[in-house]
Amino acid sequence: MTLTKRVIPCLDIKNGRVVKGLHFGSIKDAGDPIVLAEKYSNEGADELIFLDITASEEQRETIKTLVTKVAQVIDIPFTVGGGIKTLQHARDILLSGADKVAINTGAVKNPEIITELMELFGKQCIVVAIDAKRNYNIEKGKNIFTEGQKKFWFEVFVYGGKKGTSLDVIDWAKKVEELGAGEILLTSIDMDGTKDGYDIILTKEIVDSVHIPVIASGGCGKPDHMLEIFKKSNVDAALAASIFHYDTHGVVGVKQFLKDNSVSVRL
Amino acid sequence: MVKVAIFDYGAGNIFSLKNSLEKNSAEVDVITSFDNVNNYSGILFPGVGNFDPAVRSIRDYSKIDFKDYVKDKIPVLGICLGMEMFFEKSEEGNEKGLSVMEGEVTVLPNTMKVPHMGWNSIEIKRSSRILEGIKNGSWVYFVHSYRIKPKNEDIVVANSDYGIKIPSVIEKENFFGTQFHPEKSGAIGSIMINNFLRECKK
Repeated sequence: MTLTKRVIPCLDIKNGRVVKGLHFGSIKDAGDPIVLAEKYSNEGADELIFLDITASEEQRETIKTLVTKVAQVIDIPFTVGGGIKTLQHARDILLSGADKVAINTGAVKNPEIITELMELFGKQCIVVAIDAKRNYNIEKGKNIFTEGQKKFWFEVFVYGGKKGTSLDVIDWAKKVEELGAGEILLTSIDMDGTKDGYDIILTKEIVDSVHIPVIASGGCGKPDHMLEIFKKSNVDAALAASIFHYDTHGVVGVKQFLKDNSVSVRL
Repeated sequence: MVKVAIFDYGAGNIFSLKNSLEKNSAEVDVITSFDNVNNYSGILFPGVGNFDPAVRSIRDYSKIDFKDYVKDKIPVLGICLGMEMFFEKSEEGNEKGLSVMEGEVTVLPNTMKVPHMGWNSIEIKRSSRILEGIKNGSWVYFVHSYRIKPKNEDIVVANSDYGIKIPSVIEKENFFGTQFHPEKSGAIGSIMINNFLRECKK
């Protein structure tokens, strides 16, 4: 036996409720975060990720209280992200009961925060979330890919997928590893919400570029998509939201399906 | 009710460990030095932080030496970094370890993904108090970048396979250690926490 692939339900939180968006856009209600967290933990989820998509200053206290309540009902690792920009904020979240913090925009704007967090809490606490999107305007110095006739590179986006940074995702992934990130949560903006499957080109490329674990995210609509990403890349974990939220496939069902198809999972 | 103490190095989330102990009916104090009278039935070194600051927080801020504090053979559970500190030295830092066990701590080879993060199984070598009721091959949650190299292999009661061999559970007299995080390892981890608390009651 060896290390298993991780199946990670993600809960997008807005105003204390779980919501599910499409292409980082319109959203609908999907349930109570504490109830869902406990359910997933009991069903055998390998980890949980909470992304606070409101994350305004005023709501910082709300998310801290929620983190503590969730930490009380689960006994698996859990990561909290969304709007974390300062060392103090990250520290608050960790001391409220989260095992890891995911930083995205905060890390792009101030990369030193990764190193500072590593020195304080150790790299195992630091997940750098990277949102990437195909950019078809070919620029010099970017890592260029070809799909059919089209050429593109992957650009890092911030502010919940709204703003481009002109950073090349491969360069950024290597940089965050060097700065002390313990893990990368990689979301494909192109695939997110489509239910057409993970972005295989993007995932494979990042996994092969770094030596830290990578979580694939964005596009999972059925268990076959998880199987596909585990078979076609050496990714460590796959994140999904909607397939778990609406009981179309439970955590157990998904993991059993993976196991039946020779993916090593904890079951 | 059994009363135990978690030693807080001041550098991380000890919430889940405290929560796990309380769920298993323990009364938990969080301590930052050994200066107060020891009325605890067990001590826990959590698995978050960095080797040098953690060792210093144990050694430099107490008038009483750790070895003296636990000389009555009070059970001590070291988790991840907490277990690594039992040894003489670590490649993570320059400080001398607590040296209650012989051996050292080395960084995982960079041919592997580091940290070793996720669920891996344990291969039980021999029966032990901390693993009572745990089946061979059970899954537990790891997140670490170092592994222990004990001088005496006999203290290792379980190993894990990450392409390289990782000693994952150790036991020597009143000292217990896990490289993984039982407080994050679901129902299996809870059994181990409970086993440790049973030792504390003895």
